[in-house]
Amino acid sequence: MTALTTICDVLVIGGGPAGMAAALAARASGCQDVLILERESELGGILRQCIHTGFGLHIFKEELTGPEYAARYVERVKEAGIAYQCDTMVISLSAERVATCVSPSHGLQRIEARAVVLAMGCRERPRGAIGIPGTRCAGILSAGTAQRFVNLEGLMPGKQVVIVGSGDIGLIMARRMTFSGAKVEAVVELMPYSSGLKRNVVQCLHDYDIPLLLSHTVTAIRGKERVTGVTVNQVDANLRPIPGTERDFACDTLLLSVGLIPENELSRAAGLELDPMTTGPVVDERLECSVPGIFACGNVLHVHDLVDNVSMEAERAGQQAATHAAAKRGGTTGTGDNAGGNCARIAVRDGAGVRGLVPRRVSAEALRQGALILSFRPDRVYRNAVLLVEADGVVVNRLRKRVVVPGEMVELTIKPEFFLETFPKQELSVRVEAEDGRIGAKA
Amino acid sequence: MLDVLVIGGGVVGCAVARELSRWRLRVALCEKGADVCVGTTKANSAIVHAGHSAKPGSLMAEYNVRGNELYEQLCADLDVPFRRNGSLTLCLAAEDRPKLDELYADGMANGVPDMRIIGHDEVLRMEPNVNPEVVAALHTPTGGIVCPYELTVALAENAAMNGVEFHCEAAVEGLTSIVGGGWIVHTRKGDFRTRTVVNAAGLYADVINNMVSTTLLRITPRRGEYWMVDKAYEGAFTATLFQLPSAMGKGILVTPTVDGTILIGPTADDIDDKDDLSTTLPGLEQVLKVASQTWPGLPRRSMITSFAGLRAHLPSHDFVVGEAPGAPGFYNAAGIESPGLTAAPAIAEALCRQIVAVLKPAARADFQSKRPPVRRFRKMSDDERAAAIALDPAFGRMVCRCEMVTEAEVRDAIRRPVGARSVDGVKRRTRAGMGRCQGGFCMPRVLAILSEELGVSPLAVTKDGGASTILTARLDGVKEQSK
Repeated sequence: MTALTTICDVLVIGGGPAGMAAALAARASGCQDVLILERESELGGILRQCIHTGFGLHIFKEELTGPEYAARYVERVKEAGIAYQCDTMVISLSAERVATCVSPSHGLQRIEARAVVLAMGCRERPRGAIGIPGTRCAGILSAGTAQRFVNLEGLMPGKQVVIVGSGDIGLIMARRMTFSGAKVEAVVELMPYSSGLKRNVVQCLHDYDIPLLLSHTVTAIRGKERVTGVTVNQVDANLRPIPGTERDFACDTLLLSVGLIPENELSRAAGLELDPMTTGPVVDERLECSVPGIFACGNVLHVHDLVDNVSMEAERAGQQAATHAAAKRGGTTGTGDNAGGNCARIAVRDGAGVRGLVPRRVSAEALRQGALILSFRPDRVYRNAVLLVEADGVVVNRLRKRVVVPGEMVELTIKPEFFLETFPKQELSVRVEAEDGRIGAKA
Repeated sequence: MLDVLVIGGGVVGCAVARELSRWRLRVALCEKGADVCVGTTKANSAIVHAGHSAKPGSLMAEYNVRGNELYEQLCADLDVPFRRNGSLTLCLAAEDRPKLDELYADGMANGVPDMRIIGHDEVLRMEPNVNPEVVAALHTPTGGIVCPYELTVALAENAAMNGVEFHCEAAVEGLTSIVGGGWIVHTRKGDFRTRTVVNAAGLYADVINNMVSTTLLRITPRRGEYWMVDKAYEGAFTATLFQLPSAMGKGILVTPTVDGTILIGPTADDIDDKDDLSTTLPGLEQVLKVASQTWPGLPRRSMITSFAGLRAHLPSHDFVVGEAPGAPGFYNAAGIESPGLTAAPAIAEALCRQIVAVLKPAARADFQSKRPPVRRFRKMSDDERAAAIALDPAFGRMVCRCEMVTEAEVRDAIRRPVGARSVDGVKRRTRAGMGRCQGGFCMPRVLAILSEELGVSPLAVTKDGGASTILTARLDGVKEQSK
């Protein structure tokens, strides 16, 4: 039994906020043949379980819950008549842009796309990745898994909780578990700052008197069948536990919010060059990956702080995918840099204190022609920060920010006038300095 | 009255049960845990040893070499992944070079075939990612790798197909001898009257033995800690890489697994608690430190999990196999630490021969040596996948994205003989949850399927039996969902 290969113009993998915005933008750019593949039984992605508010302040100028934000996009997708197929998991993607997917109702399908938009989102780092010692009993789960149980299934994963990591999901779940009758003993954060949004620290922890233990880590998990407690230690400047600072917490649940990683199985399968810092694919300013015609946006590219930013980034990817597909349909494969993916371009390098600049490559034309958005996360908190933009090692501009923190993505707009005709030939880089003279740790 | 009651559902107990099921005997197996394969068998190096590191003349040496010979056919019959990937014992310092010759001599005495000592260049040609300071290595091509839980589950399934009864959550609390022969075994699931008993109780084989035998045993739990490396590194090594052994064991190894990950470990620390499977900071650090002598490029940031296992160590450091002194009809398989996984089929063969000699049963003409193949989506071609989904749409619903396990496979793992009853039971049978997200995606889905298949509330579904429930309550106002 051999699956038939169907052809489409723009194939969007993932029907969350990134995928829906990309599909809508592709349609708005004139592409009539857009298909979204979604592995869950409905569109919406992770927003479906994010029932708290705080979404949409930039795009809709109002504060929505995750499902509300998603619903507005679902509505638009339906109004635009964009095709989508749920319960469908893409299991492989080739560099020739042929996706193989499976679903209970459609079986195994092969879809050859003129352009592909990767919008698969991210996943949570597991305990193993951070190597917390102790037993492996029940009651240890990632914060997002707990969120799914509570918000989508109405099931509580515990009564007395310690949360490791102060990422946004951890903070949100501290409040959610408290609302639902559990006692959250503490949120334990390895770094001297929270890795979540400031507003979440205030609204989810401070408002409920949940202690945030900065510069602390869990050094032991106890319990044979189910967790009975954890030991927490303070850490030194090298993040090593300090002996003698042990504190024991009784708990039946340990939630982990220790970072998100782009879902890069398909990116790998397609042979895309991956960025060791973001761990997502390397893209140029058009969000095109190292394989021509494959674009990436949202958390599969780099983990965002706000969904509004995901939607806006995804619109750019959708437009570019539509343009690429139209060119393919018209028989041209693009010109100049467009011909070979994003390979022949100016490199964008993380300077001191800067992590995960996106895009990693830009064209000379993009720098000359208009505003270019770069985003990154700083490696720590910088107050009165100065962002230095460098062309081939020469500082061309300084931008001031009152404060930059790792929990929030920094966006910066690079304008042609920065360069005073000294456009970079090889490399554009950004570094960050605090005005107190402390420079960033070596990136 | 049973003919044989096997105590312990690890690889040895299940292998014995399956071997006995070739004969017209009434056989039952009782297991303390909620599933088979929940003790020493589930957490070890998953190696089928060649047999050069066991002491010549020991039972370890004898059963290791014989067990190794039996693996190919056994795994073919049971549809269990097994690969003869060969092993290299690395000599990393010139002054240790004579120790390789000693190992070689031991291997010769034990009857290990095809061994060779190879030099620096050849080692690096075979394994380019090995520490370039390697001086020489002992190459043993008969070394292999296997999945211990797939093997044990397959042995249990096949034994059940051939009539063996399985009783889980049936910890043995006492034995009484019957006048005129035989035993009453008192368990948490009731009493079993049986003509003979096989003690394959792993870490607790001493406790069981000491209930009846005049020769006391004392097993020390020897903990080994491990890390698992993401399968993005699949192919980094072909062979299993040992360093030269020490008094505490074969040292910290680096080995590919049959599932594409790379396993590193174990440590060896004697502890007191036979149920303490916790990992420790110093232990996990030591594994990384020593393993990086074998593999300098060890990717510390690509670990997907760490775990600990306990070996059942006897002071004699040899297996105790056979009828226990002072306890007629009571047979031990005790002190089964490494190379126990390798030796299990040979121990089963030996014990079965002894029991058959006493009970003198007829062979079963209808013994089925093969278990029905497990359909693994991740191993199918696209055409096979299309056909599978067409017949059963549940093959089209992905439950575990990391290891590509479908709903159909999860349901099958629950429905098979000696089927899964817990999330970890499903994991051991299907690999759902073994991948790089470690169950973050699939666990709620597996839990829901278990709840449905077993007809129990989601609140009753456990991680691995007993009190290991995953959920504690329903949110107020959420009604019990109708099935």
